[in-house]
Amino acid sequence: MTKNLKIIGKPTPKIDANIRVTGEAQFGHDIQLPNMLYGAILRTKYPVAEIISIDTSKAKKLEGVKCVITADNIDVNNISYRRDHPILKKGQVNCIRDEIAAVAATSKEIAQKALELIEVKYKVREGIFDPFEAIKEDAPQINHFIDGKYPNKNIAEHFHYEHGNLDEEKAISKYIVSHRYTLPRVTHCCMATSNMTADYSKTDGKLTLYSTTQVPFLYQRDIARALKMEPSKIRIIQVVIGGGFGSKLDMYPYEPICALLSMKTGQPVQLIFSREEEFIASPTRQTMIYDVTAGADENGRFTFRDVRVTLDNGAYTSWGATTPFVMMQTFSSLYQCPACRFDSTSVYTNNVYAGSFRGYGNPQATFALERTIDMLAEEIGMSKSEIRILNANFKGEITKQGLHFNTCGHKEALETVIEKVKGHTHPLVPSQEWKTKRYKRGVGYASMLHVGGGAKIYPSDGCGTTLKIDPFGYLTIITGSSEIGQGSETVLAMIASEELGIDISRIKVINTDTDIKPWDVGVHASRTSFVAGNSVLGAVKKLKEKISPKAAQLLKTNVDDLIYEKGLIKSVINESSIELDKVVRAIHFKEPGELCIDTYFFEPSSEFADNEFKGNVSGAYAFASQSVEVEVDTYTGNVKVLDVYVAQDVGKVLNPLGLAGQIEGGVVMGMGYALLEELIVDKGMILNPNFHNYKLPTAMDVPGIHFYPIETEDSLGPYGAKGVGEAPLIPTAAAIANAVSDAIGVQIDSLPVTPEKVLRALEEKF
Amino acid sequence: MLKSDSNITQLGWQKINFNVNGTPVEVYIPQSLLLIDLIRDVLNLKGTKPGCLEGECGACTVLIDGKAVNSCLYLAINIYGKNLTTIEGLSTTEKPLDVVQLKMIEHGAVQCGFCSPGMVMSIKAFQNECETNPIIGRDSEAIKKAIEGNLCRCTGYVRIIDAAEDLLSK
Ligand code: FES
Ligand code: FES
Repeated sequence: MTKNLKIIGKPTPKIDANIRVTGEAQFGHDIQLPNMLYGAILRTKYPVAEIISIDTSKAKKLEGVKCVITADNIDVNNISYRRDHPILKKGQVNCIRDEIAAVAATSKEIAQKALELIEVKYKVREGIFDPFEAIKEDAPQINHFIDGKYPNKNIAEHFHYEHGNLDEEKAISKYIVSHRYTLPRVTHCCMATSNMTADYSKTDGKLTLYSTTQVPFLYQRDIARALKMEPSKIRIIQVVIGGGFGSKLDMYPYEPICALLSMKTGQPVQLIFSREEEFIASPTRQTMIYDVTAGADENGRFTFRDVRVTLDNGAYTSWGATTPFVMMQTFSSLYQCPACRFDSTSVYTNNVYAGSFRGYGNPQATFALERTIDMLAEEIGMSKSEIRILNANFKGEITKQGLHFNTCGHKEALETVIEKVKGHTHPLVPSQEWKTKRYKRGVGYASMLHVGGGAKIYPSDGCGTTLKIDPFGYLTIITGSSEIGQGSETVLAMIASEELGIDISRIKVINTDTDIKPWDVGVHASRTSFVAGNSVLGAVKKLKEKISPKAAQLLKTNVDDLIYEKGLIKSVINESSIELDKVVRAIHFKEPGELCIDTYFFEPSSEFADNEFKGNVSGAYAFASQSVEVEVDTYTGNVKVLDVYVAQDVGKVLNPLGLAGQIEGGVVMGMGYALLEELIVDKGMILNPNFHNYKLPTAMDVPGIHFYPIETEDSLGPYGAKGVGEAPLIPTAAAIANAVSDAIGVQIDSLPVTPEKVLRALEEKF
Repeated sequence: MLKSDSNITQLGWQKINFNVNGTPVEVYIPQSLLLIDLIRDVLNLKGTKPGCLEGECGACTVLIDGKAVNSCLYLAINIYGKNLTTIEGLSTTEKPLDVVQLKMIEHGAVQCGFCSPGMVMSIKAFQNECETNPIIGRDSEAIKKAIEGNLCRCTGYVRIIDAAEDLLSK
């Protein structure tokens, strides 16, 4: 891209930062509608039980209670892509988040009181909480709504992928390592808890949902199916979203429940989770157990990977069960790999169920792969940086899974982070001391591969845009895409500003209403800048085809000689210029008047995977490497992350300010995953449903984060850009674990790396 | 929640006077009411955010006589006679953004923004402290300490710390 860019690549504050930093932004918690009621959900007391009876009569009599629903007085369909999840449970509960009844009342207090008055008789049953137990032939069936897709009754989803000749590659492998890794159950911890305000109009039968979904059009369809309604009668208005990270990619029972309460009462109903409820009943990144065997030849070149993953699906299915689709890419294609077999089984248990979480399975896969690479390096006696560079991906590579790396910054990213961390000694402790004494330092590396140009999973991966220039020269962008705090709104405004020469302060972005905005598949797969950005570019092109002829006529020049700059359209030939708004008015008001509006739909040129999961599913691929230096206190077991070096192939930096925020936020989230976070579950009960016992990183934990963008300028991305949102989180936990292992010379095979685990490992070593 | 005069004799309710964002107010509230509910539901100021209601996240931070307080842990009746500043109190029509807010925007310290009002108030309180106590440390370590109680899931804190450092080093 040789063009001289005016705003792309320049640090640009978010256009919606003002309202967020002043508290003006309306989150779901802040919505107040006339006549609004408050909803609340009764959940089961026991993870696994028969429900003998539910008596709601006392709750119904409480003053202020408008409606009580149970499975018996609603007419709905099961939800989830497997249709294995009833919105309200009847006869049996299967996990601790199960919804039994719901109420709507005139105040939050009355709603809570009403829940206490609902009498449920249970007969407690034994549950199965271990996927390896659940998969045994004689285990009782956990979920009774499945369709028999698999012979084993507790298998929720199974993926199998392979390429190359595993046996041959095994035979030529001089070095082979085998190891098991266990990944914990963690949760998103969005700072705003789950919320919904539903507003049903009795008179016209329309349902308006003030929702936090990150996939509004899929959601509209899902709500409609759940409630047996016509999708177009449902209007989704996205409120300001207080964090998404994948948690809002699916629809959960509380959402149709809230809608039902509004439909039954004919009044708006608001339902907001408490923090405890958020920990118990919002989705998780699930527990996974990896068995990895991998090999290398005598020169350290990777030969094969044989991977078996067991996923704890929980009692119902959500997107967590499909994350192997992403994990297999990492095993098949991150670093060159001649042969790969990947087999994953997602197993029903009586635990809480698994959703999608930033990275979509990739942080787990990357952890297992990158730990294995370190072990291989140790086995070979090769340096951990050298083995990675030797096997790195390259530009032009078409992997055996069919991914086309038209651009690829993998090697450069690796070299950058290896170079930056090298010889780095932190000033706190003199270097001799930390080798021998209490504090040990170590360095770890990890890379990642992730889709960076959308992902062909749904029937369309496209995004629509409508642009409108008003007679005063202001631009409105109506985009199908959504803002969940990641800053995409600003990037789209920057792109339009760049192309049309309209100052960013004169650009408005409308993106929250399914009745207005065109189709988009939603925020996932780090796709918004790439797909929605290309869509804006397409719309600009069409709009210019309308404006430029008029401008050329007025300036007595050729269309090809026009440039759009600073609110003007200029001729590069005769140096004349005219205000953009004047041209718009000339088009708009002169006979035969025309509007300066145009619409464009962009669909990435990627393809669907075939039934062997092979195919070029994304328009571009993102690569990143991180190196981390840690200090381990061998007395307490505490791990302190000192510095994280991040080099990421972003294609092209669009907004450095937003990009850095994504990087730092991702790295710190990855640190939480590496060292602190775990939902502790005992026989299906969640033991730490609060921030006191589920630790998130705080400002005190922030290490030095050093970011080096790598610009490979992918020809398909807007200005060459690729997706960036998920990548920074993906390799962090792997790199930290590798660094801890390097520091104290023990294998780290599970997360989080808690002080207890470190001390235990040290004890076992000596 | 605001009760008319006929209700004030009701048991457990109390009349309190205090200043909110510079304006004197008088309300009748139940003795068990928490400050965050007074702010959000009685005064209808929605900028103060409920992130946990357990004193663990800092989203509900407000200033009481210039000091940062978690409004979800504070009994509303204790505000009697005090000066309460909420996030709304930092903006006026003439000056819609406070210096803390301007720095946060400039440094890209805001993503979803749910933590932002609380963050701003904690930094504001630290700024007040620095002004009254010139010898107080204002380096990044001191800033980290000042916002330790404010959780943010989006930003990784780096830009928030930068914004505060930029502000306080001037
Ligand atoms: S809401 Fe008060 S500390 Fe979280
Ligand atoms: S910006 Fe989202 S929680 Fe801080």
